[in-house]
Amino acid sequence: MSLSAYVPIVGLFALAGAFGLFSVAAAPFIGPRRFNRAKLDAYECGIEPTPQPIGGGRFPVKFYLTAMLFIVFDIEIIFLYPWAVSFNMLGVFGFVEMVIFIITVFIAYTYVWRRGGLDWD
Amino acid sequence: MVKLPPMDYAAIMPLLILFGAACLGVLIEAFVPRRARNITQLLFSLAAVIAAMVFVVKRAGNVTAANAITAGGAITIDKAALFLQGSLLVLAFVSLLIFGERTLEQGGAFVAQAAVTVGSEKDKEQAAKSLGSTEVYPLALFSLAGMLLFVAANDLLTMFVALEVFSLPLYLLCALARRKRLLSQEAALKYFLLGAYASAFFLFGVALVYGYAKAVDFASIHTAAAVGAGNITLLITGLGLLAIGLLFKVAAAPFHVWTPDVYQGAPTPVTAFMAACTKAAAFGGLIRVLYVGFDGLGWQFTPVLGAIAALTVMVGAVLAVTQTDLKRLLAYSSVANAGYLLIGVLAGGQLGLQSVLFYLVAYGLTVIAAFALITLVRDADGEATHLSRWAGLGARSPLFAGIFTFLLLAFAGIPLTSGFMAKLSVFGAAVDGGQTWLVIFGVISSIILAFPYLRVVVMMWLSEPGESTPSVSLPGVLTSTALGVGTIATLVLGVAPGLLLDLADKAAAFIR
Repeated sequence: MSLSAYVPIVGLFALAGAFGLFSVAAAPFIGPRRFNRAKLDAYECGIEPTPQPIGGGRFPVKFYLTAMLFIVFDIEIIFLYPWAVSFNMLGVFGFVEMVIFIITVFIAYTYVWRRGGLDWD
Repeated sequence: MVKLPPMDYAAIMPLLILFGAACLGVLIEAFVPRRARNITQLLFSLAAVIAAMVFVVKRAGNVTAANAITAGGAITIDKAALFLQGSLLVLAFVSLLIFGERTLEQGGAFVAQAAVTVGSEKDKEQAAKSLGSTEVYPLALFSLAGMLLFVAANDLLTMFVALEVFSLPLYLLCALARRKRLLSQEAALKYFLLGAYASAFFLFGVALVYGYAKAVDFASIHTAAAVGAGNITLLITGLGLLAIGLLFKVAAAPFHVWTPDVYQGAPTPVTAFMAACTKAAAFGGLIRVLYVGFDGLGWQFTPVLGAIAALTVMVGAVLAVTQTDLKRLLAYSSVANAGYLLIGVLAGGQLGLQSVLFYLVAYGLTVIAAFALITLVRDADGEATHLSRWAGLGARSPLFAGIFTFLLLAFAGIPLTSGFMAKLSVFGAAVDGGQTWLVIFGVISSIILAFPYLRVVVMMWLSEPGESTPSVSLPGVLTSTALGVGTIATLVLGVAPGLLLDLADKAAAFIR
């Protein structure tokens, strides 16, 4: 195998790098400057973190729980989507497998529900 | 339409039973009232293990080369896999008995809410009063199911999935100790971080091996390695990375550093489960990779793995001498035992395989009994594991000190114990396989390792019991059974090992 096959990719990388460098270098000279407080915030990172108490402080574990539950169902969707797309190819066996998969997620959901994971207070 | 792979449900039934039972266990957690949970979960888990065992035994009768590989080539249920699965089920059954013990301490060995801040009022309350969490049973079943899959995996990807399935519940279980919770949480975090790191090595190894063999199943890897075309460095590097992942799990030096901390911090029932079952599963995976997948390399890797085995036996033995905590001492002893097992693996051939299979069962049963006994020696703060606390125990409780002495002698390899037969078969196989240099290391290490064991024995019998000598709690039925089974097995396998050795001999055959 010769390395010449990679030349276009290297070219692409060089082009992408050059574009990035050019944009950053050129922006201060051509861009307009208008003050706006929002521009100084952390970009798209949610609300401003409040000052933390000494030693890091504690926050309720509920937020973490919610985030984790979200991820469980998020992963489920990611897994279901390709199956839905190729449903005709996979047939009954694929359907049964998917039902079993959903049952396992449902079991986890039942556990969370019964043990109070969905109660905010 | 996609063509479906043939599924031999009779062959994978033990796996399905255990995974199903673990899922149902989660539902039991959700719906059964708190008071009844422990007994329900315990009986249910034990029943699941027995049911799985029935199917393993039934299957063992009709394994042929034609029906061993199933599930689209992902799983091999050959005799070696069935032997390992059977041993794992037996060892897990005995460990689960210790999980269920509730008479030694109100609520058992596990914390009810692992999120409670350590040392807070709420924590003191939970340590004294609360019922322990019973999620440990489904977690243990998930882990066990992963182990059963791990020893039967026929390709590296299935093996990786199984590795994660059996490791993740273990990380959680380590964090659930009722007392000494900071140690427990530290153990879980260390185990998780290092375990995840080792998994990454394993996965990278899989990628490199795939790059060479253009397949991940063991038969294709074997063929590609035997032909030896192309860049063999890729294959050897891949094997090296795979080996790091596996040697981490078996706790071989220099990948053993997690062992003492995790064994000490984890709740003792979990330590017993890990010391017996994780070791058996990890060695099951290791021998499959070496004997089935990489046999085609002509065992060129023996010097490297031999050096690791020699290092492991020496490191385990020398560091065991310096320990002052019994759980840590047994952890280093387990490192040394991983080395002896590795010597058996490198012996090669039928004899090496047979000796390893025998060793795993014999060692597993002894180590479970030893940890079961450690749960009995307690003071107000829970288990008293510091060595000095055990001084004079012989006068306090001759029976339990006697049993522990016997178990330690078995670890040391005194004749008439299973430890002796196990070491004899492993070293014998290694001499037979032309690895005498490893046997020399093994024997030296055994001699060094006898010292810490004997020191404990001397302390128990020849010191006077002092103020700080804790009492020995009378075990309930469950721990007594586990202790009895482990001790009797240690004796029986030492006096009459023939039956199990024959079984291991018959099982020492892989199907590629």
